[in-house]
Amino acid sequence: METLIDWSRAQFALTAMYHFLFVPLTLGLSFLVAFMETLYVKTGDEKYKAMTKFWMTLFGINFAIGVATGLIMEFEFGTNWAAYSWIVGDIFGAPLAIEGILAFFLEATFFAVMFFGWDRVSKKFHLLSTWLVAIGSNLSALWILVANGWMQYPVGMSFNPDTARNEMVNFWDVILSPVAVSKFLHTVSGGYITSSLFVLGISAWFLLKGKEVWMAKKSIIVASIFGLLASLFVVATGDEAAYQVAGKQPMKLAAMEGLYKGEDGAGIVMIGVLNHAKTAENNEEPYLFEVTAPKMLSLLGYHDLNAFVPGIKELIYGDESRGIEGVAAKIERGKKAKEALAWYKKAKAEKNEVAAQEALKVFRIYEKELGYGYVEKPTNLIPPVGLVFYSFHLMVGLGIWFIALFSVTLIVSLKSDITNNRAFLKVALWSIPLGYIANEAGWVVAEVGRQPWAIQGLLPVGVAVSNIDSSMVQVTFWLFLLLFTTLLIAEIRIMTTQISLKAKGESHV
Amino acid sequence: MFESWSYESLQAYWWIIVSVVGALFVFMMFVQGGQTMLGIAKDENEKTLLINALGKKWELTFTTLVLFGGALFAAFPLFYAVSFGGAYAVWMAILFSFTLQAVSYEYRKKENNFFGSKVYEIFLFINGTVGTILIIAAIATFFSGSLFSLNGYNISTWKSPFRGLEAAFVPFNLSMAFAVFFLTRINAAAYFVSHIEHTELDTRIRKSAMKSTLLSLPFLLFFLVNLLTMHGFVLDAQRIVYLQPYAYLNALLSLGILGIGLLGLGTVLIVVGIYLLVFTKSKKAVFATGLGTTFTTLALLFTVGIGGTVYYPSVYDLQSSLTIFNSSGSRYTLVVMSYVSFLVPFVLGYIVYVWKLMDSKKLSLDSIKNEHLY
Repeated sequence: METLIDWSRAQFALTAMYHFLFVPLTLGLSFLVAFMETLYVKTGDEKYKAMTKFWMTLFGINFAIGVATGLIMEFEFGTNWAAYSWIVGDIFGAPLAIEGILAFFLEATFFAVMFFGWDRVSKKFHLLSTWLVAIGSNLSALWILVANGWMQYPVGMSFNPDTARNEMVNFWDVILSPVAVSKFLHTVSGGYITSSLFVLGISAWFLLKGKEVWMAKKSIIVASIFGLLASLFVVATGDEAAYQVAGKQPMKLAAMEGLYKGEDGAGIVMIGVLNHAKTAENNEEPYLFEVTAPKMLSLLGYHDLNAFVPGIKELIYGDESRGIEGVAAKIERGKKAKEALAWYKKAKAEKNEVAAQEALKVFRIYEKELGYGYVEKPTNLIPPVGLVFYSFHLMVGLGIWFIALFSVTLIVSLKSDITNNRAFLKVALWSIPLGYIANEAGWVVAEVGRQPWAIQGLLPVGVAVSNIDSSMVQVTFWLFLLLFTTLLIAEIRIMTTQISLKAKGESHV
Repeated sequence: MFESWSYESLQAYWWIIVSVVGALFVFMMFVQGGQTMLGIAKDENEKTLLINALGKKWELTFTTLVLFGGALFAAFPLFYAVSFGGAYAVWMAILFSFTLQAVSYEYRKKENNFFGSKVYEIFLFINGTVGTILIIAAIATFFSGSLFSLNGYNISTWKSPFRGLEAAFVPFNLSMAFAVFFLTRINAAAYFVSHIEHTELDTRIRKSAMKSTLLSLPFLLFFLVNLLTMHGFVLDAQRIVYLQPYAYLNALLSLGILGIGLLGLGTVLIVVGIYLLVFTKSKKAVFATGLGTTFTTLALLFTVGIGGTVYYPSVYDLQSSLTIFNSSGSRYTLVVMSYVSFLVPFVLGYIVYVWKLMDSKKLSLDSIKNEHLY
């Protein structure tokens, strides 16, 4: 069973991580292209049109593969997480369907106008189409992140023992969940940063080669303004996301900081190396080395310098003095809920209504912890601390770098001739992958930090998985790995060739 | 408004919506059909014309498939769980073929595209053949049944080691798959002649439609005769599933205009479309074949969903079969989603508007010189 869960996790993680190599660029580049085309329509300057078409070509190449991986992700909820699809599909399916109706058709319909409509529709209708593709892409992100936000903080539902699933009881609670809102804003702004780095880096390459200087300079200004605004916004939304995590997923916050023992006025580790011998059960030091900013974790998580931040130990074993209950008691109650549900099902099958009602009464007392009934031991609820800790710190560190990079770029490009600063241009070029790394790291924090829950506190992955032979999942995992990697190589080659052709003045769109 | 509807009405309403999306998807699979017709091009320019005509629509087809999946997930999550989690191999094969398609249009003509144009054309062919045949074979199991069981918690177990691929070896499923496969080629031909200005290509496309029609006939006849005479999976008043002879014929008749009416009208429209395509120079055949395909598919989907039969039968355990009643979302979710469904006509409206706008100028060898190329 463990093997099946691990391979199913691996396949979903593979698809999600590949998908999120392409999505951030779609989210931001669509807006950047729309800005550029707006400049073209406003000024009538053909140079802006050429600039728009160039970036649009790269957008199209990236978009296609994002669509492909997105389709697979949608269906993998069914193929690999069939029990999940039933147990929470009544809530989770709705945002996915709305995403299809509201966002995908907008993208698909106007995408065709964007690429084929230059000579078929008016300038203004074409511009409108480009903006609608950008809006459609971002709307799509909204709905899938509403769904993901619900996985982090399940609200607006109740368990129906007759159908053996969770059912939606309040749509507004689901879509307006504070976790969903902060997740959406944080994720899309991360995408805007990635896109800005992409445009900035490629423009820097043109300047290093002394080609397409006008386009590169204009693109740098657009990208650095957009990137700087997004970088600042990502700080604000990151603060809100951390606040939500502290309140709703304290174990994730503890893992993000490698915090085993809770503290009042807890500090945040600026730089640190975890001690891998450390577990919740021993007294080893948690870090081999660390530099801490005092009280900052309390401020980040609870907006209070002196707030108590529970550590992994308190969350697993409890701390009566703090009013924190240990997991063992929840597991105990979860097992009672499981038994009561089985009792209810048996009584119903035997048409014994009296026994069914008795069972239901017991079930209602313990139902909140039903998911815990499937957890074997408390320490199974600790996510992989190292992976979450390093991913979080990498993401934050890169976020700081992005603010600095965009600020300097904007100042330099407005005050002097950026073409003279070759070292700086090289730094901008080599910063392109950093946006992708930051995005992937953010997703690792969000998803690995929630393990072993598929739905926080409600449904462990072991229950959510499809009833299927693990060898079959292994086969599709390797096939997907091969397919995605090959397509990624093809995408990078095509993109770099298009950029080279543009430098030679030969690109076609 | 929807709050006052009975649960059964909401379930039927959502089956109708899913059926409309499914029927539109089957029509939009003309893109897949067209991908198998690139051989009729005599040179690279003609092939580029064909691919670019399809290239403007491939994403709509793809999106309709995504919406079909999303609507099933939201409205009938048990189907999503049982079919996708159970018939794992067949759905994975379908997904692979659609992944290959998604990149092929954009990458085919780009320089240094790693595989070369030919390979991307093969990818398109694989999607057009394997993708179409497997997806329709999977849908054919709505009539012929699958091997699965449900436990008391609605968790399913698939009873075939072939994980859904077994559907592709059932003659009934194959007959439907090949009939639809050739229908997608007929629709593609009708779309091509309405969209492309090229006299010689036009003639060859129409000839190819004739071939597809003749090839589809034995499959279509086999499928129809079996469908109308086979034992079907019927629900009694207590919603107990049992096998009944002529079940689907009875269901079509009991549905009246939504059953036999739509099937008859759809068939007539397809025939009219084929006549216009093969025996005249009309460029409007796509309206007839397209509407005909949509109506016919609708009739078939209505039959299994709201015709008193089950829509996802289990031949392993009849009582595990999925009906719109035992597999749907909760009443509350269906009400919420029903309000969302008000957006569907609006979405269809702008799709039709943009389609008309973009197709007002036909694609020709001259026009593609200045356009974005696939």
